[in-house]
Amino acid sequence: MNRKFDIHRTPALANLERRLFLKRGLSLGALAMLSGCDISDQESVQRILLNMSRWNDGVQQWLFDPNRLAPEFPESRITKPFPFNAYYGEDEVREVDGASYKLELAGMIRERKPWTLTQLYALPQVSQVTRHICVEGWSAIGKWNGVRFSDFLARIGADTTAKYVGFQCADDYYGSIDMATALHPQTILALGYADETLPPKYGYPMKLRVPTKLGFKNPKHIAAIFVTNEYPGGYWEDKGYNWFSGS
Amino acid sequence: MQTILIHPLVVRITHWINVIAVLIMITSGWQIYNASPLFPFNVPESITLGGWLAGALQWHFAGMWLFALNGLVYLAYGIASGHFRRKLLPISPRAVLHDVGEALRGRLAHEDLSVYNAAQRSAYLALIIALVVMVASGLAIWKPVQFHWLAALMGDYEGARYVHFFAMAAIAGIVLVHVAMVILVPRTFPTMFTGRFRRAS
Repeated sequence: MNRKFDIHRTPALANLERRLFLKRGLSLGALAMLSGCDISDQESVQRILLNMSRWNDGVQQWLFDPNRLAPEFPESRITKPFPFNAYYGEDEVREVDGASYKLELAGMIRERKPWTLTQLYALPQVSQVTRHICVEGWSAIGKWNGVRFSDFLARIGADTTAKYVGFQCADDYYGSIDMATALHPQTILALGYADETLPPKYGYPMKLRVPTKLGFKNPKHIAAIFVTNEYPGGYWEDKGYNWFSGS
Repeated sequence: MQTILIHPLVVRITHWINVIAVLIMITSGWQIYNASPLFPFNVPESITLGGWLAGALQWHFAGMWLFALNGLVYLAYGIASGHFRRKLLPISPRAVLHDVGEALRGRLAHEDLSVYNAAQRSAYLALIIALVVMVASGLAIWKPVQFHWLAALMGDYEGARYVHFFAMAAIAGIVLVHVAMVILVPRTFPTMFTGRFRRAS
């Protein structure tokens, strides 16, 4: 969004911005105190906050230890029922037809032929009982079954020197993660929940399970995976949430 | 008349930066709390910062740098210069109980602003500890995997959320008392800008 805006910025506009920036800077404190208007709405403040969020992406990338595992729990600790969460209500969960489902692959990948569900189910499966932490603060422990994502990326010949792995979903959600997290041993393409086929509300037929990131970095109903060096953003990230959002 | 320095420059600067940082952290923290309240109450929107969850998180994770770096400067100065030792020690539970009792009865003498009584010492010490706990529990919530050892000390991720909340409550409580005391003894207020106070000798 920011990049698009920059393209349209003429020198005159930049000048105007500078003047507005100064004016606003001066009146910022007074405005916030007197009118009770939200200081966050100021454009200059917005810019600083977004830059800080990007800086925090870098810090988190640096803090991320590719060998450190998220805590795993005994099955007795699983939260029941595991909460439903999406940008829409539970009555609007998309029904994906498993028989005609094809996982599309794109970008810096050698073998880009689509995958059927039967083929995905035939891959070696792992499982994990981990804590899902929502950006809102709540958390829940669940059990996911599926294919280790690093194995899958190796199998399709993904260029793992690329920066990002992006996801397009059947529910119009989209997102992306850094390559280091994509290759983490606990990052899986989940095809099942609690040893059963992944139900629609948890993202049938396949969701990404990343226990080293916040819940919204775990896209559901994945329809396409792509590998790229261009920042792909994400549904919530484009609205202002921090991109890396690592745990 | 003798003018003496009671608040060194580093303490005055870090104090006022901390006022801004703590205000940002607490008001944005309240907005974040509202997204998934730990207790059956919400913080009124009008006293929160950020407008919505993403905005509040941006403020919180930008403000944390100001808060933590400023706090580090203050702690390093306080320890290295002997400021903490001189101003906050010695401190004994008996003296604290005695002075708090006197304060509640409005009998606590406040002639010499250069020396803290035991009630002040305990309050300032508690505030410093609460601020450190705030940072530690904040790190545990932010990075429960990378800093799992830290989260484990507080009962894992969910425990750290409660520690973070109660440290906030402690800080808010101490700040309220602190501000009330400044209003009751107004001549302490300018000293936080000038650092100096005139003592009759």
